[in-house]
Amino acid sequence: MAPPPHRRPGFSRKAQYGLFVTYVAAIAGTVVAALLLSISVVDPTGFSALRTFGAEITAPVARVFSAVRLSAQNATRVASAYIDAASKNVALEKKAEAERSKMIEAHALRIENARLRGLLKLTEESGQKIAIGRLISSTASSTRRVATLSVGRNYGVERAQPVRGPAGLIGRVIESGPTTARILLVTDAENLVPVMRISDGLPAFSAGLGDGRVLIKPLNLGESPFKVGDVIVTSGNGGLYRPNIPFARVVRKTSDGALAIPFADPGNTPYAIVEQQYQSEARTAQQKAAPDGKAKEVKE
Amino acid sequence: MKIPVTAIRLPTRPGREYESRFDREQSVLKMLAIPIASVVLSSMVTTLPIFTAEPLLPPFGLLMFLSWRLMRPGLLPVWSGVPFGLIDDLFSGQPFGSAGLLWSLAILTIEVIDSRVVWRDYRQDWLIAALLIPAVLLGGLWSAGLAHAAPEPGLLVPQMIVSVLLYPLVVRVCARLDSWRLAT
Repeated sequence: MAPPPHRRPGFSRKAQYGLFVTYVAAIAGTVVAALLLSISVVDPTGFSALRTFGAEITAPVARVFSAVRLSAQNATRVASAYIDAASKNVALEKKAEAERSKMIEAHALRIENARLRGLLKLTEESGQKIAIGRLISSTASSTRRVATLSVGRNYGVERAQPVRGPAGLIGRVIESGPTTARILLVTDAENLVPVMRISDGLPAFSAGLGDGRVLIKPLNLGESPFKVGDVIVTSGNGGLYRPNIPFARVVRKTSDGALAIPFADPGNTPYAIVEQQYQSEARTAQQKAAPDGKAKEVKE
Repeated sequence: MKIPVTAIRLPTRPGREYESRFDREQSVLKMLAIPIASVVLSSMVTTLPIFTAEPLLPPFGLLMFLSWRLMRPGLLPVWSGVPFGLIDDLFSGQPFGSAGLLWSLAILTIEVIDSRVVWRDYRQDWLIAALLIPAVLLGGLWSAGLAHAAPEPGLLVPQMIVSVLLYPLVVRVCARLDSWRLAT
């Protein structure tokens, strides 16, 4: 369709000026937007209030849809559970029998571990739950991997707290609003997580690739020591994530590390637990004792 | 002959085609609100509980915005890319100002194209959209990469393809909305 002839408004001065003003406004608006972008590049948390506002006003709808989605998933799960129920029951009973002894063993180990820790006078505030919520939306159209959590400051959720699901680590809180919080998922390229291989404690770092996978890089140089199927857990270094949160499974070995898929799938996790920072006191003390007093944690 | 009672036509509401259309005016509120609301609501699609491992959800706000601009030239003012883009930034997770800049550049590009290629058909509009959508998506990656660590551009290819292929559908939705908008 041809555009309407608004480009040549005739001899009317008023129309000519009006047209001119729209172009001036367009250019000026573009420049303003570029300035806003540069401000948010310099200070990424600068406009967090606006984003929080956006998340808060859409949260009710997102909550409803999230609940619908969850109940639909549950319904299909319940329906599919009826198929082969008897044989499944037998198999599960066998499995439970086999794992009972392992459970008892693990329980004994936990007690022994606590005793040994007591001897070493190691103190830590691990695994303290702050709040339990649901992931209600994610930035599915952006290259950033950020999800919105259904609880916020009303439940004591603050920035830089780890978030995990029943299956494994999900991410950490980067912005908290009155009733919602934004979570940087572990698959975001920005999110670095100190991890280790569960079998031998080989220390490594994980960085998101933005496509649902994470890149595991070992701290020591040389050929990649990983094998496909290796299980990666958090190591607790840095004092943010507590150790031994299930993290990812290696799916491919690369020349200097490995590609892994996180256990926690944000789209399929029934709930998300916001935890206390592991060793938060030590962290704050360390940051206060920084030589120049400025070495604070970079916000987001 | 006596007509049976059942055969008597009850006076029903006359069809629209027999109604007088003189002096009927389109609702100004509808004419203004529908394009604005449709673009803003499309931008809000990302707040629904849709979780993808990679950026796969098409930028519906951008698609709707380009559809209105290409289907109804002259409806959206030249400067409208900035406010619509900034609203999109609230929900997309991109750094604030990113879409404000990119959408504005997109609409200015269309303005330039309008002055060169005056008579276009639907397929040429689709071609223009097919060039602008990947450009805006790459620009979004670039602007996210300024502030944060960013993944490789190759990651965006599926989203680009899906978005370009979805454009005709969005134009059809937009056309339906337009006929509703202009209905008396």
